[in-house]
Amino acid sequence: MTSLLINLSGLAAIALTVWWFWLAAKGNKQQSVSVDEKLEIQVKDGVYEPDRIRVSAGEETVLHFRREDASPCAEWVLFPDLEVSAQLGVDQITEVTIPAADAGEYPFHCQMQMYRGTLIVG
Amino acid sequence: MSDKSPASPQTFRLKGVSCAGCVKKIESALGDVPGVDDARVNLGDKTLVVQGSAAAQDCIAAVESAGYGAEEVRASARELREQQREDEQNHYRQLLWRAGIALGLGIPLMAWGLLTGEMGVHNTFQQMAWGSVGLLTLAVLIFCGGHFFTGAWRAFRHHSATMDTLVALGTGTAWLFSMLVVLVPQLLPESARHVYFEASAMIIGLINLGQALEVRARGRTSAAVEKLLQLQDANARVVRDGDEVDIPIEQVQVGDTLRVRPGEKIPVDGSVVEGESLVDESMLTGEPLPVKKASGDALTAGTLNKNGSLLFKAEKVGADTRLSQIIQMVKNAQSSRVPIARLADTISAIFVPSVMIIAVVAALVWYNLGPDPKVAHMLVVLTSVLIIACPCALGLATPMSVMVGVGKGAENGVLVRNGKALQQATGLDTLVVDKTGTLTEGAPKLTDIESDSDTDTLLQQLASLESRSEHPLAEAIVSAAKEKNLSLSEVTGFEAITAHGVSGDVDGKKVLLGNRKLMQREGIDSGRWHKQAESLAEQGRTAMYAAVDGAVAGVIAVADPIRKDAQAAVQRLKKLGLRIEMLTGDNKATAEAVARQLGIDHVHADLLPEDKEKIVADLQKGGAKVGMAGDGINDAPALARADVGFAIGAGTDVAIESADVTLMRSSLHGVADAVELSRATLRNIKQNLFGAFIYNTLGIPIAAGVFYPITGMLLSPVIAGAAMAFSSVTVVSNANRLRFFNPSHNSSADNGGKK
Repeated sequence: MTSLLINLSGLAAIALTVWWFWLAAKGNKQQSVSVDEKLEIQVKDGVYEPDRIRVSAGEETVLHFRREDASPCAEWVLFPDLEVSAQLGVDQITEVTIPAADAGEYPFHCQMQMYRGTLIVG
Repeated sequence: MSDKSPASPQTFRLKGVSCAGCVKKIESALGDVPGVDDARVNLGDKTLVVQGSAAAQDCIAAVESAGYGAEEVRASARELREQQREDEQNHYRQLLWRAGIALGLGIPLMAWGLLTGEMGVHNTFQQMAWGSVGLLTLAVLIFCGGHFFTGAWRAFRHHSATMDTLVALGTGTAWLFSMLVVLVPQLLPESARHVYFEASAMIIGLINLGQALEVRARGRTSAAVEKLLQLQDANARVVRDGDEVDIPIEQVQVGDTLRVRPGEKIPVDGSVVEGESLVDESMLTGEPLPVKKASGDALTAGTLNKNGSLLFKAEKVGADTRLSQIIQMVKNAQSSRVPIARLADTISAIFVPSVMIIAVVAALVWYNLGPDPKVAHMLVVLTSVLIIACPCALGLATPMSVMVGVGKGAENGVLVRNGKALQQATGLDTLVVDKTGTLTEGAPKLTDIESDSDTDTLLQQLASLESRSEHPLAEAIVSAAKEKNLSLSEVTGFEAITAHGVSGDVDGKKVLLGNRKLMQREGIDSGRWHKQAESLAEQGRTAMYAAVDGAVAGVIAVADPIRKDAQAAVQRLKKLGLRIEMLTGDNKATAEAVARQLGIDHVHADLLPEDKEKIVADLQKGGAKVGMAGDGINDAPALARADVGFAIGAGTDVAIESADVTLMRSSLHGVADAVELSRATLRNIKQNLFGAFIYNTLGIPIAAGVFYPITGMLLSPVIAGAAMAFSSVTVVSNANRLRFFNPSHNSSADNGGKK
């Protein structure tokens, strides 16, 4: 009985991992936040918050990153497809200028790809 | 601040501000300060911006009287960097404390286990004792490792798994299992009643220690930018209302008049209004000789005023100065990715959930198929796989090397635009080089003067004559006379004879200077000078006959001289495996003469600017990986077409913006330095990637217990924790080895680097 329980728990853990981190993560696209002057993207505890940011196509935009996490992982934010990157100061707001881009989704992340977000241009 | 322009706003960073009520209190307190025209608090970034002429100290006092704290914000790059370094130091100390506390508990526990072997729960006393240790461990997990758990939870809510996830799962599982043993030992078989509190504490301690060492090693990787920042002085001496006052450099505004005394650095970009001095620009341009500056000449921030006092007008300040642009470019390039990183990126993105699955599968295999004690083995394998598999090292492998490599380039006067250019420079097999200004000085000079009589007298006469001419070669002759301090005479009856030369009367003598056709036209026999002129022409020089009062007095030759180091640089590039081809708009004879002297086999002469791009494209079509070295502006199309464009010696804003690699000094050695540096950097990246891949690909199976049949032992989670902690340190340390890179030719002093 214990053996069955442990095996089922293990299989459930695997199924949960696949679903939560891959399947549900891909489906979780409805919550994006539009950029305005007051929007701050917090860099803290392994995530960008908000992590889905919507900006207008064909317009230069300035994003404000507030890094509260002193860990080295959070030091840089990179937008590889847009060739934009910035070093984020601890407990500071860093302005990151995003050039005018075509409509589409552009991932951004730290240099280790642990902090991850998506810039939605539309 | 009395020395501050009334119009410029002052910014303060606020402390203790949390709500709209605080905003009102502070704004109202500032309203009572004399000289404050407007005060606005930004709650978002906790800053206060004050307009008006009020003193900074008065504003801070007002904020403090309202019950909050304030400090003036100085946003110079150097101060930001200093602040950042201070933050890093604080973080470093914090991590050391956390590591010390966690290891302070973990080490004695581990020693107890090793010495006594009593880590099990078999009676009530052991339950009580290990229960207390469990609570102590919980305190350590919260105080020293709380950030792993909060990070893991936040990431989990975002459907994301990070390094924190692995650490939290690993240490959390070990602690929960141990508490289960403490609370209900009867539920577990006798052999599995073992506690792993020491593993939880040790892992937290070791990972904090690893991060601390990583923070310290990372600090060294940005040393290059710090060196550039050190070129800037913190203060500037501004002339205000007739007085000279020292103010922080960030308060200097465009249009300000500044005084710079001997031995001081130029604080901002500008132009000289009054005074004369020699300015050492070597740290920016690499030119070893100080440049004389007088009224109207441009000054660049970061350069050193040698001997005179200069009054100059600020034209570019803050982020607009050339030095700031260079610093910004280096920082941008340091954070850019190299194409080789793509593989690591792809793996990093899916790595953590994959590891979680592998850990569970391995644990189930041990539980179902492994020997007794199965539960204990399952837990050890689960924890070890989770802990050892963190991909930190993989993620750091390329950025760290690029950061050091690009910084090292800047130290040697090689500004790399991005990581892609750095990688592409390693694979170049052909280098096309623009002749004028790259292989040669770019300005014609008098190379030879031969006469039966006194050459200085002849030069004085010819220079006097040529001072009336606008021909490019004339300038070379006039300059040569000025260098010898020869005073020029009045010229009468000056005539420029198209395609022949010039004539005129100098000090009562009829002087002619021109080609053989001019001599023939005037009926003058060139005699023995003809052979001499022919010989000079064969060497790629423009030879001219000089005649005084109807007889040839001698020949002079003007040429664009080959750079002193061009031949050595070409040989060095050849040794690096590059095929050199010369491009020039000059005639074939001159071009071939230059090529012969430099040992260049392939010459393209008589080219129009658009031809250069076509040649690069043709070479590429033939399968060559082409680098192009030119002066950055008129060669722009070819530079852009090439796989890597090297803008040589320009150092202008345009070149910095457009070239893949900008060399701050007009030396072809810079190209060789760039190629050597890029190869060293890529080699370092490959070492890092290999190390990180090996680490993860071997680490996971070892943690999963593949060696158990041979050794009869499983990898301790503590060892897994130590391995994980030090993998990143290893990668960062290997990247730091690049700091010891030196170009094979000591040309750093020639192309703008440190001496």
